[in-house]
Amino acid sequence: MNQKIIALITFGFFGKEFLDAISISVSNEFQCSVIIKESRIDFGDFYDSGRRQYNANKFLMAVDTMIVPDSTKVIGLCSIDLFIPIMTFIIGQAQLGGKTGIASMYRLGNEQYGLKPNDALLLERFIKEIIHEIGHTFGLIHCFVPNCVMRSGSYVDDIDQKDRQLCSNCRTKIGLE
Amino acid sequence: MDKKISILVVDDEESVRDSLNIWFTEDGYRVAGAENASKALAILESDHFDIVLADIKMPGMDGLEMLRRIKALNKESIVIVMTAFATVDTAVKALKDGAFDYVTKPFDPDDLSHLVRNASKQISLSHENETLKRRVDSLENVEDLIGKSESIKKVLREVESVAPTNSSVIITGESGTGKELIARAIHTNSLRKFYPLVSVHCGALTESLLESELFGHEKGAFTGAMFNRKGRFEMADGGTIFLDEIATISTKMQIELLRVLESKTFMRVGGNKEIASDFRVICATNRDLKSLVEKGTFREDLYYRLNVMNIHVPPLRERQDDIPLLVDYFIRKYCTSMNRPLLTIDPPALKRLMEYQWPGNIRELENMVERAIVVGNGKKILLKDLPFGKDILDSSVESLDDFEKTFILQILNKYSWNISRTAQALKVDRVTLYNKIRKYGLKAKA
Repeated sequence: MNQKIIALITFGFFGKEFLDAISISVSNEFQCSVIIKESRIDFGDFYDSGRRQYNANKFLMAVDTMIVPDSTKVIGLCSIDLFIPIMTFIIGQAQLGGKTGIASMYRLGNEQYGLKPNDALLLERFIKEIIHEIGHTFGLIHCFVPNCVMRSGSYVDDIDQKDRQLCSNCRTKIGLE
Repeated sequence: MDKKISILVVDDEESVRDSLNIWFTEDGYRVAGAENASKALAILESDHFDIVLADIKMPGMDGLEMLRRIKALNKESIVIVMTAFATVDTAVKALKDGAFDYVTKPFDPDDLSHLVRNASKQISLSHENETLKRRVDSLENVEDLIGKSESIKKVLREVESVAPTNSSVIITGESGTGKELIARAIHTNSLRKFYPLVSVHCGALTESLLESELFGHEKGAFTGAMFNRKGRFEMADGGTIFLDEIATISTKMQIELLRVLESKTFMRVGGNKEIASDFRVICATNRDLKSLVEKGTFREDLYYRLNVMNIHVPPLRERQDDIPLLVDYFIRKYCTSMNRPLLTIDPPALKRLMEYQWPGNIRELENMVERAIVVGNGKKILLKDLPFGKDILDSSVESLDDFEKTFILQILNKYSWNISRTAQALKVDRVTLYNKIRKYGLKAKA
C-alpha cells in the first residue's frame, strides 16, 4: 500500500486548510501518499436543465480521462448537485474496483437543510464521503457494520452516524491489516 | 448474506441500467441488465434471478405483460416495477398482478436500497422457512425409528457411521420396514441436513415421467410442459436425493442415472444447458439387487456405484420385542393427532400382535393400531378391535383345514349361527355347511 498514491482533483474553490485536513485523513486511512491537484472543467457539459442538476455519470467519465502521473486512484472533488438518471441525487460515486471516483460537498452543508452553517461538520462529512468512494475503488462494497465508513448512506444523518474509518473487516479485505 | 441475491434490471435506457448496476453492485448484489422484456424473459428462462426490477414503459412488450409472463414462469418471483409519477395507476395494477412493490422514477437513493433489502429479507426468510420445515419434518420422522432389539440397534449404529460421509447408500428391506425413515435419519445426521432431502418413488412413475421428474424440463419440451420445471436432482443441490424402489427403473434410466452420478451434471428434458448439482444419493429397494445384476436386469456398474454402503432393515417379525414399544408409540401418535385421551392395549390383543407375522411390517402395524383406535371403545384396544379375522395370513392358522374351520366359525358367529344366512354368505348349500360344522366340531357359544 505504501507505493500507492491517491490523487484528489479539485474542481472549484476549496480552502487550503480544508484540503490539507482531507489529505491527512485520506493518507492516514489508506496508508498512502495523497496529492492534490486543481483542475478546471466545463460543468455546462454535464448540466441537465430539466433537473437543474449535473449528470454524475458524465462527470465521472470526464475525471476518468484525466491523467495524474503515478497516481493509482483519482477522486474528483466538487460542490455541485449531482444526479444519476434513476436517482433524485447522489453525493458521490466510484468505479467499483476501478481507478476513479467523484464526491460532492453540495448536499453536505447544514445550510441545505435550513440549519446554521457548521464548517467542521461539513469537513467531517466530506472526508467520510471521500474515504467511502475511495473504498469502492479498492473494491469494497457497502458494509453492514454500523459505524464503518463503507456503510451505505446518502443522507447527512446517515453520514453523521458513521465514523470516518473503515472497520477491521473492510481493512482486512484491502490488505490494510 | 451467505449467497448473493441476484437482481435483473430491465429498462430500455442504458444509463438507468448502468446506474442501477453500479448502485446494486456496491450494495453487494449480483446484477445483470436487459434492455427489453423479451430479452429479460429469455435470460430468466436460462438463469435464475431473485429479484426483477423492471420499468413499466418499454418499447415492445411492456412491463405489465412481462410481469404476467414472469409470474407464469415462476409465481414465487419477486418483481419490483419502476414507473413515472404519471403512471401510478398502472403501478397499482401491477401490484394487483403480483408485483412485490413499485418505485416512482427518479427515486431517492436509499429508497430503492431499502426496498430491495426488504425483498431480500423476504427471500431469505422464505428459504429459511422451507429449510426449517424440512428439518422439523425430518426430525419428526427420525423419532419414528423406535426399537430396542439388537437388529434395530445395529441398523442405528450403521446409520450413525454412514451419515457423516458422502457415500452412496442402498437400504434394503421388505416393504413397510421403514426404509425411507432410515434415509431421513441418514440425511438428518449428515452435514447436508440444512439442505433438502428430496424423495422420488421411482416405482410410481413411468420412464418418461421419471426422466422429467429427476432432470426437470424446459417449457415446451413435451406436450403439457407449460413451464420450466426444476428436476429433483436440481432441487437436491447441497442435500440428499432418496430414490425409492430403485430396482424398478428401466435400463435407459439406469444409464442416465449412472451418467449423472458420475458427472454430477445433467440437462433438463428439452434443455441444452448442463446443470451442476451437489447431491448425495440414497436408494432403497425391497428386491435383491445382486440377483437382478446376475440376471442382467440391473446394470452392474450402477449397482457398484450405488452400493458403497448397504443397510438392511429387518422385517418386523424378526424384531418382535419392538412391537410393544411401536404399539405404544403409535397409540400416542394417533391419540394425540385425533385429540383423544391415551388408550392402553389389552394384554390378549398385544399378545396377538406379537404372534402375528406382519407381512406388511411396520406400516401394517401402524395402520392396524390407527384403525383400532378409531373403531375401539375409546379406553382400551381389545382383541376384537384388531382386524385379524379377515386376514388369511394370520400366524395361528397354519393349514388349509385350520383356515377353513376358523373362517366358517367367524361367519357363523357373524350371522348368529343362522345356518341359511351363513350358507348363503359362504356360497355353499346348507348340507355342505352342516357337514363342515360336524367335521370341525364347531359349536355356538353358550
